[in-house]
Amino acid sequence: MKTIYLDHAATTPIDPRVLSAILPYYESKFGNASSLHWAGREAKEALEKARETVASVLNADRKEIVFTSGGTESDNLAIKGVAYALKGKGRHLITSAIEHPAVLESFKALQEEGFKVSYIPVGRDGIVDVGRLEEEVRPDTILISVMHANNEVGTIQPIEEIGEIAERNGVCLHTDAVQTMGKLPIDVEKLKVSLLSISAHKIYGPKGVGALYVKDGVKIRPILHGGGHEGALRSGTENVPGIVGLSFAAETAVREMDETVRKMRSLRDQLIKGILEQVPGSSLTGHPVKRLPNNAHFCFPGVEGESLILTLNEEGIAASTGSACSSKKKEPSHVLLAMGLDPITAKGSLRLTLGRWNSEPEIDYTVDAVAKAVEKLRRISPITH
Amino acid sequence: MYSERVMDHFMNPRNIGEIRDADGVGSFGNPVDGDLVKIYIKVEDGRLVDVKFKAFGCVAAIATGSMVTEMAKGRTIDEALKITRRDVAESLGGLPPNKMECSNLAADALHKAIEEYLRRSR
Repeated sequence: MKTIYLDHAATTPIDPRVLSAILPYYESKFGNASSLHWAGREAKEALEKARETVASVLNADRKEIVFTSGGTESDNLAIKGVAYALKGKGRHLITSAIEHPAVLESFKALQEEGFKVSYIPVGRDGIVDVGRLEEEVRPDTILISVMHANNEVGTIQPIEEIGEIAERNGVCLHTDAVQTMGKLPIDVEKLKVSLLSISAHKIYGPKGVGALYVKDGVKIRPILHGGGHEGALRSGTENVPGIVGLSFAAETAVREMDETVRKMRSLRDQLIKGILEQVPGSSLTGHPVKRLPNNAHFCFPGVEGESLILTLNEEGIAASTGSACSSKKKEPSHVLLAMGLDPITAKGSLRLTLGRWNSEPEIDYTVDAVAKAVEKLRRISPITH
Repeated sequence: MYSERVMDHFMNPRNIGEIRDADGVGSFGNPVDGDLVKIYIKVEDGRLVDVKFKAFGCVAAIATGSMVTEMAKGRTIDEALKITRRDVAESLGGLPPNKMECSNLAADALHKAIEEYLRRSR
């Protein structure tokens, strides 16, 4: 069966060049970076070189990079770490209603510990209401966390604008940039962020490794305790092969960004045009322009997400949905509901996310397959659209 | 996650559609926070001569809708009323535990359709 992978927001295949860069660190250069002997020093050298590279692609200093196990840990460390370090100053936190669960669940955990959290709404286009965010800032606000771009609908958030508000009020700003590296320019100075999360497996690197940028001077406490690795902010033997992979993937993603973005944007527009033309009653979700170059997200009233995904799977297409059908409560995506979509429309959602190696014929095949799948499911559906 | 039987009934659902002059119609579920299955029945001499369904929901909801129509067709009212949620799931070769709720919809919708028929024919 022909297979087409259109779920790059979930994870990307590893770039063969990244894999080649990693392999020696499993085979011959296997040392523990904390060891004093030659093998340890070799690992330590690779670790520090990777730190330098990651810092450089973010326009940060090497001392400001903490390696973690991925985006979820980076988000948890940023949010809980700052909250615990600054709780003497205040206990008020701000985030948006459409964050990734790694962020929302971190805030929920802090709420259970007595912190107060303001959740900022978004408009129909999925963009955070910046005016409302500014109104929520209080003297006891210690942290704002807003994602760089949304993982479901791909909407790009006005982080620079929010960064200015944070700076004016002396509040730390964290952004989850897991979806944006290699698709949008990331410069921590320009974005005016104090903390920024990235993950390797979204940029053709290995799974299980990520990094957190922590601006020099930001007060933060560790959430993992142990041998004091990573400047005592993240104990645990460093995943040297993973970190080498992350740095190589990040450097490649940034170096090749212009070319990749140009190609993905063209395929994305072909996909959007094709689906809107060929599927009656379909709509594009999120902002038409301020969206990631690889994200196309649709709603098809009358059908349900899981059924659509598995119908497409039978045609070899790997896609995703915002519908949380695997959970006990079959509520639609919190992102789509926050954008004001009615629950039934939100349940019929489809996320197609492109990658470096997709092609025009794949897009044509997908448009056709989506049109047929939606038509078939609508024939079964008792809900008219 | 799903058995081959479930996927077969999902990809090739049997008895889809509506019966215009149905003797009973029953729907169960809530599309807002769950799934919805609608069953139509045609009864002759106390036997279900035709059963059709429509479903909005996940793979399990569609597959159980299809299966319950197959199971009920040709049966007497009494026999059809005895089709349980468990029977439907078992006939499909089992469902994942978190999808058992979906199998309830089809059997319950069938029972509601029969109840409507019985009410009408009283």
